[in-house]
Amino acid sequence: MHTENSPGTETAVRPLLPETRTVTLRVNGTSHQLQLAPWTSVLDALREHLHLTGTKKGCDHGQCGACTVLLDGKRINSCLTLAVMQENKEITTVEGLAQNGELHPVQQAFIDHDAFQCGYCTPGQICSVIGMVNEGKAKTLDDIKDLMSGNICRCGAYVNIVKVAQEALEKNTGL
Amino acid sequence: MRPFTFTQAQNVDTAVREVSSDGAKFIAGGTNLLDLMKIDVMQPSHLVDITQIALDTIEETEAGGLRLGALVKNADTAYHELVETRYPLLSHAILAGATAQLRNMATDGGNLLQRTRCYYFYDTHTPCNKREPGSGCSAIKGYNRDLAILGTSEHCIATHPSDMCVALAALEATVHVTGKSGERAIPFADFHRLPGDTPHLDSNLQPDEIITSIELPAQGFARNYTYLKLRDRASYAFALVSVAAALELEGNTVKEARIALGGVAHKPWRVPEAEALLQGQTASRENFQKVAEAYLQGAQGFGHNNFKIELAKRAIVRALEKATKMEATA
Repeated sequence: MHTENSPGTETAVRPLLPETRTVTLRVNGTSHQLQLAPWTSVLDALREHLHLTGTKKGCDHGQCGACTVLLDGKRINSCLTLAVMQENKEITTVEGLAQNGELHPVQQAFIDHDAFQCGYCTPGQICSVIGMVNEGKAKTLDDIKDLMSGNICRCGAYVNIVKVAQEALEKNTGL
Repeated sequence: MRPFTFTQAQNVDTAVREVSSDGAKFIAGGTNLLDLMKIDVMQPSHLVDITQIALDTIEETEAGGLRLGALVKNADTAYHELVETRYPLLSHAILAGATAQLRNMATDGGNLLQRTRCYYFYDTHTPCNKREPGSGCSAIKGYNRDLAILGTSEHCIATHPSDMCVALAALEATVHVTGKSGERAIPFADFHRLPGDTPHLDSNLQPDEIITSIELPAQGFARNYTYLKLRDRASYAFALVSVAAALELEGNTVKEARIALGGVAHKPWRVPEAEALLQGQTASRENFQKVAEAYLQGAQGFGHNNFKIELAKRAIVRALEKATKMEATA
């Protein structure tokens, strides 16, 4: 098994077998050493290698937002991010939000406002609301709708998700 | 996704050397490239990660403008204080595109190199001259509602998808690139290409060249500007037609006008002769309509997208009226 690629040589030859390398990912405050092929997305690393299945795979193309995680406090689509490119970054998933057995205020607000039905988009929605609060750019209802447009809810729980987002902005419940 | 090899470049010279091998591509934000690799539209055999290179700052230039490092994220650019205050047109255009998640990932250099969102380019089961040169264009006689009406060729009617680039075209930015044979500066109007008979080439960037920065000239049109984006839903959709309009006014007289259109051509569409019609003229609806007519000279629809011609004219008038009124209410 190779752990290093040789730069500049044989680059036109496509590897036939997974050529892995050691990748250190910092997830929810803990460092993990993983052997990953370069094409492994952060999403697949989380779900398949770290067994953190809270982060969901929806479209796998950056269109639905189910895979949203926080990277150094900013929300990204983990499906469109290569794990090998995210060493030395702090990745926060839905599993890392509760502290000392207490839900993060945004998680609690999703329950209080009944802001989900099937729940599949919810981890991504929660991370996205927290990211929006961190970014500090949403002021109005229209801002919320625009800045949350990267998270789709096919059950249509938007009305209550917006209530969560409004509450999170009022109480400034970021990360 | 097909397997590929991967290296990380620490500086521009190494990056340029490593990308020169067959089948190699740069990766930064990756939002467009990885998407296209997953559906087999793009098949690089080697990726050179350039995100370690120090090209991630926004700095003032001696000429009074701003230099946007190629690796600055789209969101960080749009929300940068100097961009917001001096180049609000650019801020608004960036924020009109994609989603918060994507803007946090995508880089300024990468934004320029986005591929078209033509449905047939994405569908590997249909011919597409951009994806597979010589295979034919499925869009010309196919479903072409989103596609180009200006500068098309018999080989391709794809549009350039970027919002940011429409503002950069209006602001007359300069793209700085480095290749094996050294550095060069490309005026924004010459950066992207028309499809002609080589639609597989989106831009004039050479395969061994890397974008290092995007330079904005001093004039930012921060008083009278509008980015008007018309699309099928209010957020996270590509433009049917977009207009970056920037005016320099003296009273109600136009000293200078800049107009760039998005969603209508293979590159952001500028017609300097049509803009010049406004010079020294009153900022009035009647004059704006004349410019709009001149801008759409030679426009051709392909059936489903015929409506874009009239839509673009009305969008130009509305954007110029909006840009004019800003000062009146200021």
